[in-house]
This record gives sequence, C-alpha cells and structure tokens, in this order.
Amino acid sequence: MPETHAKAAIEFRQAEFRHGDRPILKGLSLEVREGETLILLGRSGSGKTTALKLVNRLLEPNSGEVLVDGRATADWDPIRLRRQIGYVIQDAGLFPHFTVERNVGLVPELEHWPENRRKERVADVLRIVGLEPAQFAARHPGELSGGQKQRVGVARALAADPPFLLMDEPFGALDPLTRAEIQKEFLAIQQQLNKTIIFVTHDLREALLFGARIALLEAGELAGTYEPQAFLRTTEPLAAAYVATLGRGAARPTLEKSPEKRGA
Amino acid sequence: MNLIQFFSAHRMEILQATGEHLWLVVIAMLLAVAVGIPLGIAVTRKPWLSKPILGSANVAETIPSLALFGFLLPVPWLGSRADRLAVAALAVYALLPIIRNTIAGIQGIDPNVREAARAMGMTDSQILFRVELPLSVPVLLAGIRVATVWTIGIATIAAAVGAGGLGEFIFRGLAMVDNRVILAGAIPAAILALFADIILGFFERRMRHAR
Repeated sequence: MPETHAKAAIEFRQAEFRHGDRPILKGLSLEVREGETLILLGRSGSGKTTALKLVNRLLEPNSGEVLVDGRATADWDPIRLRRQIGYVIQDAGLFPHFTVERNVGLVPELEHWPENRRKERVADVLRIVGLEPAQFAARHPGELSGGQKQRVGVARALAADPPFLLMDEPFGALDPLTRAEIQKEFLAIQQQLNKTIIFVTHDLREALLFGARIALLEAGELAGTYEPQAFLRTTEPLAAAYVATLGRGAARPTLEKSPEKRGA
Repeated sequence: MNLIQFFSAHRMEILQATGEHLWLVVIAMLLAVAVGIPLGIAVTRKPWLSKPILGSANVAETIPSLALFGFLLPVPWLGSRADRLAVAALAVYALLPIIRNTIAGIQGIDPNVREAARAMGMTDSQILFRVELPLSVPVLLAGIRVATVWTIGIATIAAAVGAGGLGEFIFRGLAMVDNRVILAGAIPAAILALFADIILGFFERRMRHAR
C-alpha cells in the first residue's frame, strides 16, 4: 500500500505548538504520502490530536509549518482547506438539530451542489458506511446508536469526496464488538477509496489492523515511524512497551477488549 | 356595585388599558431582544466584554423601577414622550435575562459540535446562524419568557410617568382607596403575565422536543 515514491501530501516541518507556556508539540517533522494511511499512535497528551488539528488549521503552529498539498496551512484560505479535508472525531460531533441527511450533506450544501446531486451523494455515502438511506436519512442523531452515529460521522467526512481524511480516535468510544465491526468496514472503505488518511489512535491493535505506517508520538515528540512488522520487532523500549500490551499472539489483533482511555 | 358589575361597566376602558399595556410590553421586548441577543453573542465572541456588558445590565437591574423612569426623564428624545420613556426603561430591565440566556445557550452547546462545524469549513457566520443560534433557541426562549413576565408586571409602573397601561387603574385606585379600581388593573395584568408564560413556554417546549 504505501508507495515509497509518491509525493508528500501532508508534511510537518519542525511544527511546534505550545498551549501558553506548555509545549504540546516540540518540532514535529513527518511526511504523509499521497494515498497513504498514516497511524499516529501515542498516549493521551502525547500531542497526536494537536498534530491533527494543525493539518486543517483548527490550530496554527507557533513555529515551523504544516504543508498540505505542498502549501503551508497558513497560506491556505482556512475554509477552502477544511472543505477538502474530511474530519471524524470520537463523539462524531453530529449536529443534533439536523437530520442524518443534512448532516451528511453539509459540505456539499456549503459547496452549493445542486439538490438532486447532493441527495444522490448522501444516499451513496450512507450505503458505503452500511446505513440504508431509506431507513436513516430522515432520522435525527438523537435517534441513533453510538455505532450508527459514528458511521454517519464517517459518511459526513466522505460526502464531498475530499482527498484527505483526518480521524481522531473515531471508534474509541464504541463498545468492543461494534468497534471491531466498524473497523473492519472502514478497512474496506479505506482500501477502496484512494485517500490520504491520518488516523489517530492510542490502541496498537487498531493501528496494526490497517497495516499502515505507524508514527509513534510521545510527549510531543516523534519517537519513530515504523512499518507494522518493524514495529512488532523493534527493540526500541517505547514501541516494545506498546507491543507488550498486546500480550501473546501479538501479531494478530483480536476482538478482545483493549484498555479504554477515559476522561482527560 | 360589586367587582363584576364594576368590570363590566368599565370594560371598554379596561380593554383599552390592556391594549396599551400590551403595546408597551411588546415594543419593549422587541427592543430588548434586538439589543440583547447581539450583546449576548458579542460576549461569547469576546470574553473580555463579559464584565462591562453583564455588569451594566446587572446594575441597571438593581435600580428601582420608579427611579429608572425618573433618571431617563431628562434624556432628550426619550424624555419628551411618556410612552418612549416607558418603553426604554422596560427594555433596559428585560435586557439582563436575554443577554444571560443568549450566552448560556451558546456556551451550552457541545464543543464537539462547534469544532465539527469549524472543521467542515463553515464560516463564522454560518456557524452562528446554522448551528449556534438554532441550538440555543430553547434557552433563548426561556430568557425571553422570564423577561416578558417581569416586564408585564413592571409596566404597571409606567403609568406613573403618564405612559398609560393597566397601571393607570392601580394608581387611580390607590388614590381613591378603591380596591375595585386597583383590581381592574391588577387582574388583567396578572392574566396577561399568565398567558405570556403559557404561550412562550409552549414554544419553548416545542423547540426542545424538536431535536
């Protein structure tokens, strides 16, 4: 999957971010190649969410820069930039006053797609994420289960067919069975759609599932990037500590419940 | 003459005073909403505005109503007509709950929802008009309801500066020491307040259920 010679679609260049005096990211340099899925793995507070938000300019680096499509985010019109980047977060962040259809069709609506094309597209992406449009389009988020909300969140991010996807622990709040189901489906989606994806997780099992390159973050610094097999074999202590959490039979992620991150 | 006979004998006067009263309240509320909601929004955008805006609205609230009418009397354009004066004073009183609930409504929105809106490339005004305001409507309406009920009560004092309304009966009744006359002002005012509460409360609940 990762094509070694593809150009960098997203590039962090010595990106630093401080919250007041507290450094969150300390000079992150990292390339994400076009069409690649990159896993940002790290514990809470390691700066992975911050790194993600630098890409769609929800945050701006205090120094250094982040390039999207070869252009620094600071030089992008933030509205244009964000409409090309699908964004999925842990609690879905659906608009409670919109139906599923309006939620999913929001970016196409903002982009003034004609109504029939929008409706078609909404139905298509709902099917992609495994929701029957006839059954779900008219519902409000309050009438959905956690897993369904998250599917709608993914559909919304895909709706305008953006070349980039940012996913911030998108399946982290789901029960283990639903999570395994959605992970499997998303894996299929990811292989079909040739998108550049940054996927944030604190769960090595999930990271390995996608078979993608893993960038390990710790305390705002990049501790290394690894191909999945290399990650499992490395003797570097931090990566090894993650591998140790898998227990025996490490290479095969299973349906077992993994430690959940709570609060913070 | 008992109370019922008194009411039916003066029904046209009572009706007219009720109409005046309602008019004062409606204009004052429209004004307070038109000023209060933007001020509330401004506070959510620029937190440093919170102290000056909420502070002055709070201080205004503590001025006894009769005194506030007096303070506004020398203000050039306002003081020249009693109804203007009354409307302005009533609007000032209604401001605080409206500003407060606008702020509470917007700040009460799930931060994930706002972040998703930004991340999807909504502009600031799209976020305000399509997400924040619609989601704060129930809280906003609650503020307007409370303010309306207060204003209906306080508007009886407007008669003291000659702005008319149901207060006319109350002041007259006090001067004449005639309870029937006082009640001819007090009862319709209470009914108005009750109706306003019920009707606005109905809308508020409907908006809440709409999600």
